Amino acid sequence: MNDTFQNTAAKRPLVSLRDAAPWLVATGFLLVMPFIFTANSTITIMNQMAITIIFALAYNMLLGQGGMLSFGHAVYMGVGGFMCMHILNMVEDYSLPLPLPLLPIFGGLFGMGLATIVGAFSTRKAGTVFAMISLGVGELIAACSIIIVAFFGGEEGIPGDRTYGLPFFGNEFLHPIDVYYLIVFWLILSALLMYLFSRTPVGRMANAVRDNPERAEFLGYSARKVRFISFTASGFFAGVAGGLFAINYEILTEENLSLILSGQILLITFLGGVGFFFGPIIGAIVFTLLQTVLSLETELWQLYVGALFVATVMYFPGGLAGVLMMHYPSVKLGKVKSLVVPYLKTLVPAIIGLLGTAGFIEIMFHGRHAAVGDEQMTLFWISLNSHSALPIVVTLVLAVGGIWVARRFAPEMAEAWHRSITPNAPPPPAQPPSTRDAA
Amino acid sequence: MDLFLVNLIDGLVYGLLLFMLSAGLTLIFSMMGVLNFAHASFYMLGAYFAYQISTYLGFWTGLLIAPLIVGVAGAGIERYGLRRVHQFGHVPELIFTFGLALLIEEVVQFFWGKSQKAYDTPEILQFALFSIGNNSIAAYKVFMIFVSIAIFLALLYVLTRTRVGMIIQAALSYPKTVEALGHNVPMVFMGVFGVGTALAGVAGVIAGPVLGTFPGMAFVLGSIVFVTIVIGGLGSLWGALLASLLIGWMTTFAAASSFQFADILLFLGMERPADMAASKLRDLWTLTMPQIGPILPYMLMVFILVVRPHGLMGKRGL
Amino acid sequence: MRIKTLFGLTTALAIGISASAAFAENIKIAFIDPLSGPFAAVGASGLAQYEFAIDQLVNQQGGVLGGKNLEIVSFDNKMSGKESLIQLQVAIDQGIRFIAQGNSSGIAHAISDAINKHNKRNPDNRVLFMNYSAVDPALTNDKCTFWHFRFDANADIKMDVMTDVMAANAALERVYIIGQDYSFGKAVAAAAVRDLEAKRPDVEIVGNELHPLGKVKDFTPYARKIIASGADAVITGNFGADMVGLGRAIIGAGFEGPIYTYYGAATGITRTFGEAGKDTIRLVQEGGVNPPASDRAADYITAFKAKYPEQDIAQARITNVVEMLAKAIDAAGTADDVVKVALALEGMEHDSLWGGKIFMRPQDHQAIQDVHITVHTDEGIQFPLDNSPFGLLTESTVEMAGMDSATTCQMQRP
Repeated sequence: MNDTFQNTAAKRPLVSLRDAAPWLVATGFLLVMPFIFTANSTITIMNQMAITIIFALAYNMLLGQGGMLSFGHAVYMGVGGFMCMHILNMVEDYSLPLPLPLLPIFGGLFGMGLATIVGAFSTRKAGTVFAMISLGVGELIAACSIIIVAFFGGEEGIPGDRTYGLPFFGNEFLHPIDVYYLIVFWLILSALLMYLFSRTPVGRMANAVRDNPERAEFLGYSARKVRFISFTASGFFAGVAGGLFAINYEILTEENLSLILSGQILLITFLGGVGFFFGPIIGAIVFTLLQTVLSLETELWQLYVGALFVATVMYFPGGLAGVLMMHYPSVKLGKVKSLVVPYLKTLVPAIIGLLGTAGFIEIMFHGRHAAVGDEQMTLFWISLNSHSALPIVVTLVLAVGGIWVARRFAPEMAEAWHRSITPNAPPPPAQPPSTRDAA
Repeated sequence: MDLFLVNLIDGLVYGLLLFMLSAGLTLIFSMMGVLNFAHASFYMLGAYFAYQISTYLGFWTGLLIAPLIVGVAGAGIERYGLRRVHQFGHVPELIFTFGLALLIEEVVQFFWGKSQKAYDTPEILQFALFSIGNNSIAAYKVFMIFVSIAIFLALLYVLTRTRVGMIIQAALSYPKTVEALGHNVPMVFMGVFGVGTALAGVAGVIAGPVLGTFPGMAFVLGSIVFVTIVIGGLGSLWGALLASLLIGWMTTFAAASSFQFADILLFLGMERPADMAASKLRDLWTLTMPQIGPILPYMLMVFILVVRPHGLMGKRGL
Repeated sequence: MRIKTLFGLTTALAIGISASAAFAENIKIAFIDPLSGPFAAVGASGLAQYEFAIDQLVNQQGGVLGGKNLEIVSFDNKMSGKESLIQLQVAIDQGIRFIAQGNSSGIAHAISDAINKHNKRNPDNRVLFMNYSAVDPALTNDKCTFWHFRFDANADIKMDVMTDVMAANAALERVYIIGQDYSFGKAVAAAAVRDLEAKRPDVEIVGNELHPLGKVKDFTPYARKIIASGADAVITGNFGADMVGLGRAIIGAGFEGPIYTYYGAATGITRTFGEAGKDTIRLVQEGGVNPPASDRAADYITAFKAKYPEQDIAQARITNVVEMLAKAIDAAGTADDVVKVALALEGMEHDSLWGGKIFMRPQDHQAIQDVHITVHTDEGIQFPLDNSPFGLLTESTVEMAGMDSATTCQMQRP
């Protein structure tokens, strides 16, 4: 599923089992999930994840594959979603024969329509010009969402009811689980289409234009046209995500167009890793979990997300997917086992250190903000007194000690990693930049 | 007429405030190629530091010390964060500053809480200097104007009349050559980043009492600063000044105007719908200039980027 | 797709969600409001008031249904409609039947709509919506539902009280209306124009203006216009940083008349206005605390401040929510059948801790109560706000405000 390792095969059948396997496994996995997690809330969260995955993959068509940094991509998802909401309401008002599962197509088309208009002038250049135009257009449309109440519904947004449409094979989409399968269908379809897009000549040229526009022009490709096509395609899938959002939440508000959401999708994509097709998927899953589950546990979740993000940019510019793929050669060479001990030696203390740091921060926070007399707090299932010295000392010792030990073993881990990706024994002295201070 | 004059002064104050932010940002941007998304966060840090200092030592000490702390913090972040990310390319750098902005906002909330701080103007300046019509102009606003102009002149002097300024100017256009000549370009970068963030800090110190000191203050001002330097053109101090004043006056006069879009519709020969709630165009009929004032700079930026990508005074494209 | 990663993460997710669902003895209320992000200060304050009210007024008095305790469970909605709906689902899955939310009418609309759909689709586990703060009149008019109860006076009722007081001021000649450009700002402006025209046709409305929500950096030009218009009074529905920015700019530009606000106090705003806002900022609210209605109220506030020194009783109605809900659960004899609880709440009369009566009007589920105009001052303040010398002093009171106000609500009952 990733570029680097599949280009090598020069001549092979159109669809090999090796190509199809990840998709089949993923599909089976997605179909089984609701049987493992049956609660409505987990299904709602999985729906949110799936929508975010589509949006993040669409975003990565720009950022990762086309090298275009957009600060206003939420508007394509939002406008697609708003149009779907209006269509949904029209279906209800005029009893149109439109089955609900087809609705996201319209979201996609309107997202693509808007992208065509904006792309006509914004894709002339990549880089900062594109980024700033996307910021400007994003801000303009977001501002319009509050001003043009007739279309965007102002602050309350536009609500709808997905159950009023035609029953689809007897299914009225009353429950989150019905919607889950609808979304999963679109998730697999969109992901597959986006993947195939990256294999087309245009998709390949997008990479070339990203890396060296002059050279691509020299080869006879219009860099602008290539960017434009990527941009409209990305707009389409963002719109599909918007349509699914409309179906899942049955409401769209100005929040769907906001710069905050645009910024979030940038974070998600980068966190997952822009260099690999599946990077944004990991990013979307991790971020949704942090946002919905971590925020149930701590008020400081945004602090941790911010720290995680900055750390990712500083130490793993390839994102989480990059970290995983660093080990692909080790797997291929069958040397994964040699990594276990050095990794444990570094990562276990590192995790202890990080948890200690988080614990220290939480105790400090509780100590300052909790009600008077309410000194007990629960930290990692342990009840303790945030005003006494012992927990503070313990967490501090864990934090400092854990990180100190991790740093001591870090070079050993890097060396082990290096050995594991080298076919034959002699370890080269140079270290890759991305693992230098990996702990 | 009175109101026009008052608005002119208010717009000048706001424009010069924007300039203090954009001056540092445009230097950083043109030299390092980094759109520093966290720039407004340093402005916020300036305000919060100054607030904290002012509760113990008074406003004036805060004005002196807070920008220094911000500048040192900025230089430190350049040295230990940005420089590391620099090797991965421009996009990760930009994303780093983006994450930094989030992180700074969270850290500020962690230490100072989420509600607005009672950071106030110094007592000595709490009087109306003069008034035009019934509108009084506070002495503090005049003080803001003088501080901004002093900073502009000082910057101009340093950049054009001193040796350091010459190196910076050269590094703006030919970083490779400057490095080849034996200058420590990373050091220059760190210095420029420190000074740029310190300028943002000054802006925070003097704007905090007027525009409010709260955790969202960076976000409110964040993107408008980019708009300013993009409109003004890269690396051009004069361009930054021009664009800042332009935006300052534009938003002020838009907010002050009572122009209604209904006038245009009437002029076009359309009839005011009797039942406004049923009209598809009802939002256009009730739209006024102040409603769209804050998005005018974005329109201007998109327009400028389409027709003149190097901005008003910029020498090279983005 | 790394299956192991996916699996591991989702396991973590399941643990995270079910961990808090482990014990189910207490009757829980889900508090869905911002606890992170720019509006977290208001959310945190509301949560503290709920915790204290539940503890003091219900659990320490023997609980409900013969000894069961109430419990508030907080869910951070990050002031986002989408997140609110996810957290609502999580709350429902944890078996919570009562949802409390208040910040932002937009989110209240989203939650009310979602609860209406949920109750229709899942008759087995219906939930009730205790709206303690969102004041958009539509929630008890066109968009009313049987599941929604509003404990604050809505924007129209508050405006009615505000304009009653303004109309009594014979010297008033010119009024300026300014607000944020969104549904609530527009509702305030429309109500102000309507009420002023009805009560004081001679008063001239010299300005009626909207500014973008949360986007204005400098309010000075708006303040200049207000001064230049010669207004004697200003009405605004602004909240948060927009409230502070506007208020300070108007006062800074030399305005001396009253500024009538909905949200011009507490969570940092009172302290920020300080001396400058004295006798200028006025607030329309229920449940004034200066002077306190009774010794019991005074003791309650003192005890609250002792436990939460950083917080204030800024939303006094929260005690009404808690007490009335407890009464309704006792009257219904169950906390699981929310239809019974809702029917018990309908038409309930309750003696508020803050003086006066609360009447939950059955036709639209709008609480009718005494509404006061209070003024920002440091004189005669027994309970200041924001740990500053300043607080809100009750100037005038309208008893059972809006008792016979019209409603367009056509409630569908189960």
